[in-house]
Amino acid sequence: MDNFNAAAQNRIYTKEEVCVGCRLCEIYCIAAHSEYRHDLIKTFKKLPKRPLPRIIVEEDRPVSFGLQCRHCDEPECVKACITGAMQKDAKTGIVINDTKRCIGCWTCILACPYGVIKRDYDNKKVASKCDLCIESNIEPACVKNCPNEALYIKPNLKVGIRSTQ
Amino acid sequence: MNYVIIGNSVAAVGAVEGIRKQDKTTPIIIISDEPYHAYSRPLISYYLGRQVTQESIYYRTEDFYRVNRVELILGIKAQQVDFDRKEVILQDGRRINYTKLLIATGGKPLIPPLEGIDKQNVFNFSKFDDVKNIEKVATEGSKAIVVGASFSGLKAVEALVQRGVKVTVIDIMDRIMPRVFDEAASQMALKTLEKYGVEILLKSTVQKILGDKTACGILLQDGRELFCDFIILAMGIRCNTDLVKDTKININRGIIVDNKMRTNVPDVYAAGDVAEGYNFIEQRNTEIPIIPNAYKQGETAGENMAGADKIFDKGFVMNSMPLFDLSIVSAGVSAPGEGINIKTIYDQGKNIYKKFYIKNNRLVGYLLINDIDRAGIYTDLIRRKVDISSFENKLGKEGFGFISLPKELRKHIILEG
Ligand SMILES: Cc1cc2nc3c(=O)[nH]c(=O)nc-3n(C[C@H](O)[C@H](O)[C@H](O)COP(=O)(O)OP(=O)(O)OC[C@H]3O[C@@H](n4cnc5c(N)ncnc54)[C@H](O)[C@@H]3O)c2cc1C
Ligand code: SF4
Ligand code: SF4
Repeated sequence: MDNFNAAAQNRIYTKEEVCVGCRLCEIYCIAAHSEYRHDLIKTFKKLPKRPLPRIIVEEDRPVSFGLQCRHCDEPECVKACITGAMQKDAKTGIVINDTKRCIGCWTCILACPYGVIKRDYDNKKVASKCDLCIESNIEPACVKNCPNEALYIKPNLKVGIRSTQ
Repeated sequence: MNYVIIGNSVAAVGAVEGIRKQDKTTPIIIISDEPYHAYSRPLISYYLGRQVTQESIYYRTEDFYRVNRVELILGIKAQQVDFDRKEVILQDGRRINYTKLLIATGGKPLIPPLEGIDKQNVFNFSKFDDVKNIEKVATEGSKAIVVGASFSGLKAVEALVQRGVKVTVIDIMDRIMPRVFDEAASQMALKTLEKYGVEILLKSTVQKILGDKTACGILLQDGRELFCDFIILAMGIRCNTDLVKDTKININRGIIVDNKMRTNVPDVYAAGDVAEGYNFIEQRNTEIPIIPNAYKQGETAGENMAGADKIFDKGFVMNSMPLFDLSIVSAGVSAPGEGINIKTIYDQGKNIYKKFYIKNNRLVGYLLINDIDRAGIYTDLIRRKVDISSFENKLGKEGFGFISLPKELRKHIILEG
């Protein structure tokens, strides 16, 4: 019964020096979370309403980089969530939003230090964020498909990880 | 050895999770006068507005107490605490011994001594039972008066509109949500409320509640009479210190706690809306009646009750409020003050408003309406006390993000630090 102590094993980081700003990570993220699971063509040709990308690409030419949820050890979003929809999985340490319980109050957006939660206003009025592609059980789609290896996975060594307190 | 928690809401849940980080086995007893599994208090307005059902109002999953080995005593009030004998005395006379005690009795609605206030159909808006009662009278086409254009008052208004109730809001101030809003922000919200058919009477004071046994309206101090089917009072909340009033526990507005959530009485802790803990921005103890704070104070108390040595000294007010089609978020300072520079951006066309409060080159507060997506970055600039002078001109600009920060700082925060 080792609740509440789990730390996510991996984090995704970015190398802004090699990010080319192509936004392929966004495209693959959308496909990874669409009902066609990783099928780019079907996702973009058949779906009238596609999921939001759960990675944020910031850009101010020539600098650009992708950014997504860190699955923090002390997650501000979970502690702030007013409904209990945002939870850290006790086994995997991954922070996941239960979209059935989320009401789109955006308190998590206000609390997340990395600004990586999006308002999925059109689809469901819920908060949307990176789940490390946990459901499809593959290497995160953004990392796998970045053409210039500007995204990489690093094990969480609890080094340099900030605590909230 | 046991842990006893009075109250069964956010701070209590935080405490259970905090205790169980440190101690998997020692029994935990929770006492609450509300008969429910811990629910999300803000969801009462969503329940009333038929946006969620009773099953989805709960703050933790059904097996929460079982998994965490919590014994529940629900539907019974704790009457008194005997600090010398280390006992909580319940309303039915039972005495519960404690080794470590957490007082998490939360807030209670401010109820002014108004004539006619105990008539039927006058409701508070802070508990699940309140909305269960309101639900019975808030039928389509009925008329309601909400007293107090506060955060919870406006959430009540939204829910009533969703039910097809005709609503009038009364407030003594000259703008709505006066603690967070300035005139411009208030105007934006007023426009939205009017669009949804809500009538708002500002600078109006209630003289008395009209009606026989049942309320039928309100008499204002200026002589106007307003009629309605029911009334909701939402004039704010106060720390609910009733249980420990006139005891040796130190109380100001709330129970005074240190950075470890300890009160002045040994083995007694307090957390959440009932507590007055350290406010990181005001640099003194204040009440901080919001969920993120209740959770963290509760968690800190729990860990420390179980023998850890945790400090929580980063509390400050932050709130997010969707109101009809407006998204409103605010954090930290929300009023002008000495040494505070204010920067405002108002885009009327896009219906976007942003206001930043800056002191000694540090961001100390903000208010955002509609363009709120990267709000957490601003919150973190406040928490980290970052010197923003080199990028102050970029605050609030479209596309603001880590890209707007100097490379060194950006790397420090996001590129592995
Ligand atoms: C309508 C509404 C909307 C809100 N919206 C938001 C929001 O959007 N975001 C946000 O951050 N905050 C919001 N809040 C505030 C938030 O609900 C509180 O900050 C939070 O609930 C505080 O949690 P707590 O555990 O300290 O106490 P509370 O939630 O107040 O719970 C205390 C509990 O203790 C019980 N109790 C009290 N005395 C005794 C006794 N003597 N014996 C036994 N039991 C007792 C009470 O009955 C209650 O169940 C809202 C509040 C309301 C009313
Ligand atoms: S959403 Fe933000 S606060 Fe929550 S775990 Fe991810 S990075 Fe951390
Ligand atoms: S938007 Fe959803 S996940 Fe975020 S705080 Fe609100 S209810 Fe929780």
